[in-house]
Amino acid sequence: MVAVTLWGSLAAVAGGKDKLDIEAKDIRELFRKLAEQYPAFEPFIDRGIAVAIDGTIYRDTWSKELPEGAEIFLLPRLAGG
Amino acid sequence: MNFDPRLTNRSFTSVGTRPVRPDGIDKVTGRARYGADFNMAGQLVGRVLRSPHAHAVIRGINTSKAEALPGVKAVITAADLPDLTNGDSAMYDILDNCMARKKALYDGHAVAAVAAIDARTARQALKLIEVDYEVLPHVTDVDEAFQHGAPLINDAVFTEGLEEKPVKPSNVTKRTQYGHGDVHKGFAEADTIVERSFKTEQTHQGYIEPHACVASVSADGMAELWVCTQGPFVYRQHCAQLLGMEASKLRVTSSEIGGGFGGKTHVWAEPVALALSRKAGRPVKLVMTRDEVFRASGPTSATSIDVKIGARKDGTITAAEATLRYSCGPYPGMWAEIGAMTSFACYRLENVKTVGFEVLVNRPKTAAYRAPSAPMAAFAVESAIDELAKKVGIDPVEFRIKNAAQEGTRASYGPVYGPIGIGPTLEAVKNHPHMKAPLAKNQGRGMACGFWFNFGGQTCVDLNIGMDGSVSLAVGTVDVGGSRASLSLVAAEELGIDYSQVKAIVADTSSLGYNDMTDGSRGTFSSSMATISAARNAIKILRERAAQMWDIPVDDVTWEKGHAIAKGEKYGNLSPLSLKEIAAQSGTTGGPIAGHSELVADGAGVSFATHICDIEVDPETGSTRVLRYTVVQDAGKAVHPTYVEGQYQGGAAQGIGWALNEEYIYGKDGRLQNAGFLDYRIPVCSDLPMIDTQILEIPNPNHPYGVRGVGETSIVPPLAAIANAVSNAVGVRMTHIPMSPPRILAALEASASAHDA
Amino acid sequence: MAGVAVSTTINGDHVEYLCQPDETLLDVLRDRLGLTGAKEGCGTGDCGACSVIVDDRLVCSCLVLGAEAEGRRIETIEGMAHGEKLHPLQQKFLEHAALQCGICTPGFLIAAKDLLTKNPDPTEEEIRFGLAGNLCRCTGYDKIVRAVQDAASVMRG
Repeated sequence: MVAVTLWGSLAAVAGGKDKLDIEAKDIRELFRKLAEQYPAFEPFIDRGIAVAIDGTIYRDTWSKELPEGAEIFLLPRLAGG
Repeated sequence: MNFDPRLTNRSFTSVGTRPVRPDGIDKVTGRARYGADFNMAGQLVGRVLRSPHAHAVIRGINTSKAEALPGVKAVITAADLPDLTNGDSAMYDILDNCMARKKALYDGHAVAAVAAIDARTARQALKLIEVDYEVLPHVTDVDEAFQHGAPLINDAVFTEGLEEKPVKPSNVTKRTQYGHGDVHKGFAEADTIVERSFKTEQTHQGYIEPHACVASVSADGMAELWVCTQGPFVYRQHCAQLLGMEASKLRVTSSEIGGGFGGKTHVWAEPVALALSRKAGRPVKLVMTRDEVFRASGPTSATSIDVKIGARKDGTITAAEATLRYSCGPYPGMWAEIGAMTSFACYRLENVKTVGFEVLVNRPKTAAYRAPSAPMAAFAVESAIDELAKKVGIDPVEFRIKNAAQEGTRASYGPVYGPIGIGPTLEAVKNHPHMKAPLAKNQGRGMACGFWFNFGGQTCVDLNIGMDGSVSLAVGTVDVGGSRASLSLVAAEELGIDYSQVKAIVADTSSLGYNDMTDGSRGTFSSSMATISAARNAIKILRERAAQMWDIPVDDVTWEKGHAIAKGEKYGNLSPLSLKEIAAQSGTTGGPIAGHSELVADGAGVSFATHICDIEVDPETGSTRVLRYTVVQDAGKAVHPTYVEGQYQGGAAQGIGWALNEEYIYGKDGRLQNAGFLDYRIPVCSDLPMIDTQILEIPNPNHPYGVRGVGETSIVPPLAAIANAVSNAVGVRMTHIPMSPPRILAALEASASAHDA
Repeated sequence: MAGVAVSTTINGDHVEYLCQPDETLLDVLRDRLGLTGAKEGCGTGDCGACSVIVDDRLVCSCLVLGAEAEGRRIETIEGMAHGEKLHPLQQKFLEHAALQCGICTPGFLIAAKDLLTKNPDPTEEEIRFGLAGNLCRCTGYDKIVRAVQDAASVMRG
């Protein structure tokens, strides 16, 4: 089980909840379960969601494991210069 | 491929040295080929017709006269770039920005294009195109566009992210929010509160090389595109999608790039050049003029930001809040959101809240500019922090040290930090001789901090070992400032050979797998990771070949300092085999030796910098002079320290221009009034002092050598550092960037009349 | 429009070309003669990327007509090195990493060469004002100034 914190706009889609407990072993499973639970997440996942696992931001490695008890923070995927 | 990117303790031989770059000779002899330096047989000249109106319906376009002009080979409008975006709104916006479809949305918006036998014929043809415009009311100012009743840029826009879905359309595309804790409670605990509003004007990346490309579409549907870009693979994807081609049929070659800073991450003219070539059946060269670069490509957002910060008597910040409005041009963006994320990232805050609003205006589509959105937010926050420190009566550096984020701090944008460099940069600044140097009358010193995320992303590298033992390194991240040198150093380091044995090139899109762009300070971070991985894969093969040559098990062969070593006493009389010796035998031991790597370089470490600046202000004229400037920034590990210094100095110089001079000036007619380097004045050599640098190395735990990106953070602190310096020099808080002489004079006069009253 | 026949000297070589009366020297160099070392950054004489020397005078070649080259001596970046031997300025620009993207480099080298011809021992301020007609957006000028100082010292011997 990991505790997932959502950023503002995503929390609105989750019915105002900014914290969710989800059973997921990696980022891919996390996204799958989020999309199952909240279909409105899908366009956000398509647009790009970055996942901070204990402070380190992952943008593309969906196979990244989510350690038990890890703090997971979802962020929008950003543009750079 | 298994690759462990974690930091390992090691000493370096090549990394950290400062050799001459491999592309240097071509660049000092004029041989290097940039976007406009390439030609093809039978090539035509492309030119774009642009809207003179800030906002207008395009009722019709008559191209018949232009088509009839001798020497004109193709004329295109939006009809020649049909919408193939299939509901992808971001791609549709790119398409619409490349060639206006129903409305012209800003002065400079492309409405038609021609290809002709020479530039003069092309220019004449543009004059013969008749566009029937219905001019609409426009809005170019971010605060005016934010108001109810402002001219609507897109009546299908209903603000996202509000608790209640709005019933009326507006120019605000999205509201976003970040933070944690309870700011009301926090402000109630504060002894002192500073609350201020700030504005920053729109600036351009100002790369010296205008956008340029040569496009060639053949009758069989194959196409080539030579172009100056930060991301040939992304350009390929976007162009292929917009033109309805398979990506593999479009080969994109990135030329040498004459500066990008985020402005060459977007396609502008490239799909137009391809469409012209497709219609004309000949190659087309399309080069923007400087006027077009300013009017139609890349600027960053103009912003309007409100900040409120409270602190206790002891200097502890109890709450911080910011509302940020960023202009996006006429298409939605996430620029205010990035501002909202980065605003307070330097600090350890219990109660913080930031709200961003994305605002549409009739200006060119906002593009990324070096740590996009962060400099403006830092200007507002770091100005308020300075003022708060003064009110509380604590030295601004000490105040920041007291409140600085550290390992374990929850960042204002959400996650908890790992090892970070904000504290060490502040300590370095505190102890820097610059902070103790005397100041004269009308002079002021300012300092400020800055943060940027840094990216990793998809990366691909080929490392080929020639029979003579020399190494070709093909990378897919465009070299914007010396990365071929730094990546050659990394390959040399990992293989244990000399830098001079490695030659790095930037590959085209048909020769290498997909790579994300050179953006987000990712070039050296991600491609060095892939280079290390590719080199380790090559070493595995080198060991196998040495084992064959010796006829011993591969497990008994190790790799040290560029040589295969047979380990164990039983091999005592086998002398080590050098990479060169193994390479020479490769034909008979299994063929060419190479190492490849395809990976996602995630785990880019966040980056912090602190800058110090001394300014002299002439109170008679309001003119300013930068006397001294110091950059302190964490690089994780500086691969080629000279080019790291170059990034620090270059970002500071751009920030100085932004702080003191540069701005887009629009007339009441919605037209840009200063679309040239004479009137949009970027810093020249005589405007600046030497820019001192101090590189800190707090290793990134997610990179084998500890490397962090270094390209962008250096532009984040200058706006605030200079504003603090000017404010200290004149005794008036400056709240509007750029601090051009008229603005400084106005601030001085306002302050004087307030004192008189 | 009828072309103008021009006979001139470029980097010591006799060159003849035909150009339009309204064609700039920069366009002639780049498009007719294949000398693409001079760059067009603005086309209005503000950036200096197209700097060349005409009869010992530093000019923006975007502000000179191709026809005006008649009978003159023109020096471009392509003529700065002698064969494989780089000019000291070129060498010092490499050593000091006085270039990042490199688009402004040919213009800076030509302008610096002109400066050192006229003032072999310039102060930092003289270098900064001497090169103020050339824009660089990457380096912040620090390493460019140092490279010119170092080259000047080498050239003085």
